Amino acid sequence: MHDDTRRRLMLASAAALALPPLVARAQGTKLRLGLMLPYTGTYAQLGVAIENGLKLAVAQAGGKLGGREVEFVRVDDESDPAKATDNVNRLVTRDKVDVLIGSVHSGVVMAMVKVARETDTLLIIPNAGAGAATGALCAPNIFRTSFSNWQPAYPLGKVMIERGHRTAVFISWKYAAGEEAAAGFKEGFTAAGGKIVKELYLPFPNVEFQALLTQIASLKPDAVSCFFSGAGAVKFVKDYAAAGLKDKIPLYGVGFLTEGVLHAQGDDAEGLLTTLHYADSLDNPRNKAFRAAYTKASNNMEPDVFAVQGYDTGLLLAQALDKVKGDLSNRAAVVAALENAVVDSPRGPWKMSRAHNPIQDIYLRRAEKGVNKVVGVAWKALEDPARGCKL
Amino acid sequence: MRWLALPFDTFAIQLLNAVQYGLLLFLVASGLTLVFGIMGVINLAHGSFYMIGAYLAWSLAEHFGNLGIAIVVGVALSLLIGAALEWLFIRRLYDRDHLYQVLLTYGLILIVEELRSIVWGDDVHAVPVPDWLAASIPLTDTLSYPVYRLWISGVCIALAIAMAFVIQRTRIGMTIRAGASNREMAQSLGIDIRFVQLVVFAVGIALAAFAGMIAAPVSSVFPGMGNQVIIICFVVVVIGGIGSVKGALVAALLIGLVDTFGKVLELEVAGIPVLPELAGMSVYVLMAIVLLWRPEGLFGKRAP
Amino acid sequence: MSAPDKARHLRGVVAALVVLALLAAVPFGLDKFAVQFTTRVLIMALFASSLNLIVGYGGMVSLGHAAFFGVAGYVLAFAAPDYEAANLWISLALATAVAALLAAAIGALVLRTRGVYLIMVTLAFGQMLFHLFHDGSFSGGSDGRYIYVRPSANLFGWTPFDLDRHVHLYYLVLALFTLAVAGMAVMLQSPFGRALQGIRVNENRMRALGFATYRYKLVAFTLSGALAGVAGYLAALQFGVVNPEMLGWHLSGSALMMVILGGMGTLFGPALGAAVLLLMELGFQALTKHWQLLTGAVVVGVALLLPRGLAGIARLATRAADD
Repeated sequence: MHDDTRRRLMLASAAALALPPLVARAQGTKLRLGLMLPYTGTYAQLGVAIENGLKLAVAQAGGKLGGREVEFVRVDDESDPAKATDNVNRLVTRDKVDVLIGSVHSGVVMAMVKVARETDTLLIIPNAGAGAATGALCAPNIFRTSFSNWQPAYPLGKVMIERGHRTAVFISWKYAAGEEAAAGFKEGFTAAGGKIVKELYLPFPNVEFQALLTQIASLKPDAVSCFFSGAGAVKFVKDYAAAGLKDKIPLYGVGFLTEGVLHAQGDDAEGLLTTLHYADSLDNPRNKAFRAAYTKASNNMEPDVFAVQGYDTGLLLAQALDKVKGDLSNRAAVVAALENAVVDSPRGPWKMSRAHNPIQDIYLRRAEKGVNKVVGVAWKALEDPARGCKL
Repeated sequence: MRWLALPFDTFAIQLLNAVQYGLLLFLVASGLTLVFGIMGVINLAHGSFYMIGAYLAWSLAEHFGNLGIAIVVGVALSLLIGAALEWLFIRRLYDRDHLYQVLLTYGLILIVEELRSIVWGDDVHAVPVPDWLAASIPLTDTLSYPVYRLWISGVCIALAIAMAFVIQRTRIGMTIRAGASNREMAQSLGIDIRFVQLVVFAVGIALAAFAGMIAAPVSSVFPGMGNQVIIICFVVVVIGGIGSVKGALVAALLIGLVDTFGKVLELEVAGIPVLPELAGMSVYVLMAIVLLWRPEGLFGKRAP
Repeated sequence: MSAPDKARHLRGVVAALVVLALLAAVPFGLDKFAVQFTTRVLIMALFASSLNLIVGYGGMVSLGHAAFFGVAGYVLAFAAPDYEAANLWISLALATAVAALLAAAIGALVLRTRGVYLIMVTLAFGQMLFHLFHDGSFSGGSDGRYIYVRPSANLFGWTPFDLDRHVHLYYLVLALFTLAVAGMAVMLQSPFGRALQGIRVNENRMRALGFATYRYKLVAFTLSGALAGVAGYLAALQFGVVNPEMLGWHLSGSALMMVILGGMGTLFGPALGAAVLLLMELGFQALTKHWQLLTGAVVVGVALLLPRGLAGIARLATRAADD
C-alpha cells in the first residue's frame, strides 16, 4: 500500500474514531436548567411543588437528560413582576442556562417571555396561564406544560348548561388571569345557550366578598361560576357557604378553587363541581405511580396539579433531549422534538398544540371529603384557540 | 354620569356589610391606633403580627382543640413577643426621626415572614368557627348572615368602648397619655416612662395578634396576609386622626362604607366606567380627600 | 469656605471623578451580565438620588415616590408604537414632563401636610395610581405592557447610538445619571438649594425670614418627581416591560431603604445604597431559600446602628484622618 494512501486511511479512521468522543464531549457538559420560581411569598408553596415535580422526573430519568448531567440554577422571583426582567437576565446572561423554566405569576412570565423572545432562549412555562404567552406572543422557543387561563374555564359553561343552569353570574378578582378565565367561561357558556347575568370583580387581592355575595343573592342566577385560587379561594368558598348561598345557588369554579386548599375549606367545599386538567384522584396507574413516587421523594408531601406540571416539564425535556441526544445546538431539531413529544403525564397523555400549549382533557371533579373526585371528562382533548398566534 | 341605584332591601344589607367590615377593620387597626396614635411609633410590621396571631390561633387551636384557650395563650405569647421587641429594638428609636421606625419595622416584616415560613410552612389553613357561633341568620330567601361575623362586630364594639374608657378615664390611660405628650414631665411625676412604653407596645402587638386570631375563622390563615391589611390599617388611623380612638372607629366605618359601595355601585362618567372598575382606588381617594380637607385627620388635634 | 472645608470639597470632587472613570471603564473589563447589572444599579441609584432630594435635603419623607417612576415607564409604553421605534429624545422628554406635572399636581396637594401625615398621604396617592394602572383597562392590567421595539436615538436624521446594544444603553444611563447628580450638586449650592436645606432644618424660621417655603418645597418635589421619571423611563427602556408593581409602595420602600443605607442628605450616599442593596440581594439569594431573613436583619441593623448610613462611616473615617 502506498504510504500516502495509508496515511489518508489512517487519518480517516482516526477521524471516525475521534467523532464519537467529540459528540460525547458535547453531551458531557452539564445541562443547565434555570429555575425561576417563587420561593418566598404567597406562591412559595407552588414554586416548591413545581421544583419537586421537575426533579422527580429528572431523577427517574437516571439523573440525566439526553445523556447529560443536569445542573439546576435557581432564582427566587418573589412573584414580583418589577424584578422579573432583572432576574431572568441573570439566568440567561450570567448563568447561561440552556433552558429557562418558570414561573407562577403571570406578570413575571410576561417578562420572561419578553427576554426569551429577545435572546432566543428556550422557555418552558410550568404554570402561569397568561393567554398571550401561547397566543399573540407565541414563539418557536416558548412552550407551556400547564394550561392557558381560557382552557379549564371554557368547558365549565357546557357543564353548567347540562345541569340545567341557564343563567349565571361570574365572579373573580380584577386581574389578567381572572379576566381571561371570564372570557373562556363566557364563550363556552353562551355557545351552549346560557346567559351571563353579570360579571363581578373585586380589586385584587381584596378578600372582602360579603358585598358581592349580597349582590349575587339579589340577582338570583341559576348558578355562579368563579375563578379564585389559594387563600382567596378558601375564603370565598367559606363565605359563600356561610351566607347560605351554597344550597340555594350552586357554585361552580375553575379547578384552582379547590386545588391544594380543600382541607382548609372543609365541609364548605363538599359537593363543589370544578373543571381542571388534573385531579389528585385520577384513577390510572400512571397517576398512582407518580403520586407514590412523589410522596416518597419529597418528604411525604402530597403532589398537586402544580407538582404534575413540574413533573411534566421534566418528562417533556427528557423525551426531547433523548431525541436530539442531548445536543441543543440544532434549535430546529430541538423545537421539533418538543413539538412532537407525547407526554405520558399523570393527567393523561398530552401533546403540544401548534402554539405550544398542551392539548389536554379537562376533567369534571366533585369535591368529596377532602378529595377532588373525578366525575368525568368535561372536554376531551381541548386545545386553546391561541388567538393571534402566527406559528 | 350614570348611577345604578340599589333596591332598598339590598341597600340595607349592604349597609350591614359595610358596618360589619368597618368594625373588623377597627379591630385590626386598634393596636396600631395605640402604638402609632398614642406612642407615635410607626410600626409597618403591625400586619405581620396580625398574621402571627392567625397562625397562632390555627396551631394552638389544633393543639388545644379549643379556639378560646388558643386565644388566651396566643395573647399571652404575643404580649411577650411585643415586650421583647420593644426592649430589643423599639426603645432605641423613640427619639429618632420616624424614618428609622419605618426602616426598622420594614426589616421586621421580612424577618417575621421568613420565620413564619420556617416555623409553620407556606400552606393555607382554616380555623373552624366555634360550634356555638357556627349558625347563620336568614335575611332574605337566598341570603343569610353568619352569627360569627355578628359576634366579631360585638367584640369590636366592646373593644372600642374598653379602649376609649381605659385611655380617657383611668389612671393607666392618663399615665400613657402623659407619657406620650410630655416625657420629661411624666418622668418628674414619678412615672416609669420606660415601663409604660414597654407595656403599651406589647399591648399593641397583642392587639394585632388578637385581631388575627379573632378574624382567622373568617379570613383563613395564609402567608403574606399581614401585607394585605397593613396599608389599610394606616389609612384607618390617619383618616381618623392620630391619637384618636373615636377617630379610628369613625374612619374604619367610613372605609367600610366606601369599600362596600365602591364594589357594588355602578358609575359611569362620560361613558367611561368608573365604578366598580376602579373600586380598588376608592379607599385611597377617600384618604386623600380627608387629608386635603383636614390635614390632621377627622378627629386629630390641630398641629401647633 | 474655610481651608479644611475647601480641602474636603476638593477631595470629594476627585473621588467623584475617580468613581466616574471606573464606571466608564465597566464595559471594558466586565461581561454582558455585569454591564446590564450595573446599568440597573445606576437606574436605581438615579431613582434613590431623586428621592434623596426631597427626603435628605428637603425633609419631606415620601412613601409614594415609585408612582412617578412607574408612570414615566408607562408613558414610554404608550408612546412606543407596536412595531416601530419611538424617538428617544421625544419620548424621554414626554415621560419626564408627565412625571414632573404629576409630581407638581400631587405635591401641590400633599405638601400642605408634613411629618407622618406626609408619609401617609404620599402613600395614598401612590396606591391610588397603582390601582389605576392595575385595574384600568387602558394600561394592560396586572400583566402590564410591552415595549416591543427600543426607542431610536435619531436626532434630525443622525443616530449617535443604538440602544439595542447593551453597552450603548449603559453609557446613556451613565451619562444621564452623571448629569442628574452634577445638576443636583450645583442646585444644592445655589440660593434655592440652600433655602431648601434651611427649610429642612427649621421651616418656621425660614418662613419668618420671608421665604415662601411651600413654593420651595413644591419646586423640589416637582424636580424630584421629574428625576424619578427619568429613572422610570430608563427602567422601562432597559426591560422592555412595564407593570403596575413599578408604581407599588414596595418599590418606594426599597428606594427609601437605599437612601438611608447609603446616607441621607449626601450627594452620593443613595447611589452607594442602591449598589449595596442590589448586590446584597444578589449575594443572599445564592446562600439560602430564606434569604429575605438576611436582608431583613441588615435593614434592622442599619436602622439601629447606622442612622447616617454608609456615608456616615466614611465621614467618620475622613474626620479621623483630618484630626
